[in-house]
Amino acid sequence: MDFTFTEDQLMFREAISRFLMTEAAPEKLREIWETAEGRCPELRSSMATQGLTALSIPEADGGLGMGDIAWSLMTQELGYYGIPDSLADTAYVGAGLFSALGDDVAGKNDYLTKICDGELRLAIGHQCSPLVADAHLAEVLLLQHGDEVHLVPRDNIDEVVNQSIDSSRRLSQVTWQPKPETCIASGEAGAKIWHETLNRGALSVAGQLLGLAQRMLDLSVDYSVQRKQFGKAIGSFQAVKHHLADVAGKIEIAKPVLYRAACSLENNHPLTDVHVSQARNFCSEAAALAARHGLQIHGAMGYTWEVDLQMFMKRSWAINNTWGDSIFHQARVQDYVLNSDADLAPSKTFEGA
Amino acid sequence: MKLTYTPEQQSFRLEVREWLAANVPKEKLPTYDTKAGFELHREWERKLHQAGYSMVMWPKEYGGRGCDLIDWLIFEEEYYGAGAPGRVNQNGQLLLGSTLLEFGTPAQKAQFLPRMASSDDMWAQAWSEPNAGSDMANISSKALLDGDHYILNGQKTWSTRAIYADWAFGLFRSEVGSKRHHGLSFLMVPLDAEGVTIRPIKALDGEDAFAEIFFDNVKVPVEHRIGDEGKGWHVAMATAGFERGLLLRSPARFQQPVRKLVQLYRDNKASADRDPSIGVAVAKCWSDAEAYALSAYNTVGRLNSGAKIGAESSLNKVFWSELDLLIHQTAMNILGATGELLASGSLAQEQAYWLNGFLFAQAGPIYAGSNEIQRNIVAERMLGLPR
Ligand SMILES: Cc1cc2nc3c(=O)[nH]c(=O)nc-3n(C[C@H](O)[C@H](O)[C@H](O)COP(=O)(O)OP(=O)(O)OC[C@H]3O[C@@H](n4cnc5c(N)ncnc54)[C@H](O)[C@@H]3O)c2cc1C
Repeated sequence: MDFTFTEDQLMFREAISRFLMTEAAPEKLREIWETAEGRCPELRSSMATQGLTALSIPEADGGLGMGDIAWSLMTQELGYYGIPDSLADTAYVGAGLFSALGDDVAGKNDYLTKICDGELRLAIGHQCSPLVADAHLAEVLLLQHGDEVHLVPRDNIDEVVNQSIDSSRRLSQVTWQPKPETCIASGEAGAKIWHETLNRGALSVAGQLLGLAQRMLDLSVDYSVQRKQFGKAIGSFQAVKHHLADVAGKIEIAKPVLYRAACSLENNHPLTDVHVSQARNFCSEAAALAARHGLQIHGAMGYTWEVDLQMFMKRSWAINNTWGDSIFHQARVQDYVLNSDADLAPSKTFEGA
Repeated sequence: MKLTYTPEQQSFRLEVREWLAANVPKEKLPTYDTKAGFELHREWERKLHQAGYSMVMWPKEYGGRGCDLIDWLIFEEEYYGAGAPGRVNQNGQLLLGSTLLEFGTPAQKAQFLPRMASSDDMWAQAWSEPNAGSDMANISSKALLDGDHYILNGQKTWSTRAIYADWAFGLFRSEVGSKRHHGLSFLMVPLDAEGVTIRPIKALDGEDAFAEIFFDNVKVPVEHRIGDEGKGWHVAMATAGFERGLLLRSPARFQQPVRKLVQLYRDNKASADRDPSIGVAVAKCWSDAEAYALSAYNTVGRLNSGAKIGAESSLNKVFWSELDLLIHQTAMNILGATGELLASGSLAQEQAYWLNGFLFAQAGPIYAGSNEIQRNIVAERMLGLPR
């Protein structure tokens, strides 16, 4: 029974964090927000140079061969720094999808190599959402049609691009025609791929929400120490302290839930769905409270475009309902607890692994 | 990260499970907040001890089994899973016991731990005073050194089960004129000593659950002090950490009632579902109790590799006390009109289980340091906010 991460995983996280701290500082994010595409190709390619895009690509295809557990750390960094990029969708969720394909699928390894090198941008359209993030920049799209997985070049789709409350996000309504030549998996195999893809997407959202929550907490703590009212720092007032302590509590309790979900996903635990949804719910609660209390502690400043809090707050609101919305994830947990005949004895927490 | 048990851990679990299945009393024991109930619980504790299960993580020489904390979590899961009786001596075994293991002299450990493991000695905590509740450093009960003895004078209050216990431990002001957390000593006091008077206080349910303790020139040998003279605060903070943190409230303590809550919901589904928020709350209770278990295993892993827990134990305390409230409030909502019934009538076994739990859950955010104080600790020590 061991919740610890390997040295490699921790060092990698540390390196990525140091890198993003300078390369993706809030001023830089604001610049990217102003661009038409909401994306910065240089940032993507420098993240690839750091090895992020290679993280979960199998070693045989030139990657680092780490898995969901490593991503549970990395997605927190992507969230913490509010990275305006769909890197996790490509390098984690998309890479996972390609890896799950049969070896007879033409071009599979080329795609994996291109993801690894940071050369491929892709977008994923899953039936859990009517919107496809980043379709406007994707070279290819992975699209769901029932149980079928289609790999569709961007030229073959029509899209209507929408903007999000998060200025870096672009979400498309995509129209396309499924054709036999774009179908790369179907039937049971296809259904399984979509199922796992949804879980990877949700885990990625959970990790990012947790990172965002931590960032909002840190910003709020800093602000509460600097801002003075009635002659002292507002952070010395108990009502403010208790808001922040409650956010810290939500973050702490969410962490092991996230890590357990990652471990279950990586090891095909029979209850992976429940564990992933649980993680999403805990991380989502942490982010929601961090945003609410963070804004309250910033006072009217918190309601402005000017303070950095807004970028992280809006990101957390925006991604909260992607890769399965709150109703979906709450319902998955509730169904298990209320409607299955599962034995919920105290000894069952780690059973079935 | 490897979230599976070793074969040794699994066989330990099965061994505990089998023993409990054969030995847990079929009839629920009466509450230990009465004299008769207390003695029946002492009997059960002795039986547990004879089988080597009373303090599994203590060293063998003190009546334990030398298990690590993961084994302890497993033991607790089986213990609660089997519906075994509440642990009447937990203030001694879990709080003072852990304190003695860390700060006690070899002689103190040898004298007190084995008798604690066997529940030959039952212990009460004596921290609170009429003017020292949340403000625990405001202690005014005195212990003045007189040769090889302390002479105790003053009053403690809210001491759980002190009227039935054999010993109490707590802080006393041993340096005349000292202020706040300076000049306090951590002492163990036999409750049958001359000059000790104990007056029961009835709790919400009408039972004598806690008591006032009066000290009138009570003599206590110096060997009954834990830690250095005047340095008791430091030792007491460690004890308080055990109380807020895992030791007093292992996750299974909440997972078992949640399992019963789910059953209660399933048995009353048609009626409960008239309000969809009930199902939501039941699922949240399960999820929270499970998250607490994950967090415990995570913490224990860190403790086993040498880390110390600090202000996190305050987060723990806020979490479990609020969870306990939610579990029992949800049960009361499901029970509806019969929820108010005491155990005496024809209907009421299940109702009484929930009602007792509901009443006791109300105290969770107050005892072991109120939740307001815990939030202050988190804000100041974990987040670095100014005082
Ligand atoms: C069931 C039960 C069992 C107990 N068992 C024991 C025992 O065995 N031994 C023992 O010694 N004690 C025991 N206690 C006492 C317990 O430790 C105290 O009740 C607790 O520390 C709070 O102190 P108080 O009751 O004096 O409340 P007070 O300190 O008077 O507090 C009253 C309210 O004011 C709030 N408050 C006080 N100061 C602050 C502050 N600085 N900031 C914000 N809010 C504040 C508190 O949070 C609380 O809400 C028990 C209590 C209960 C309910």
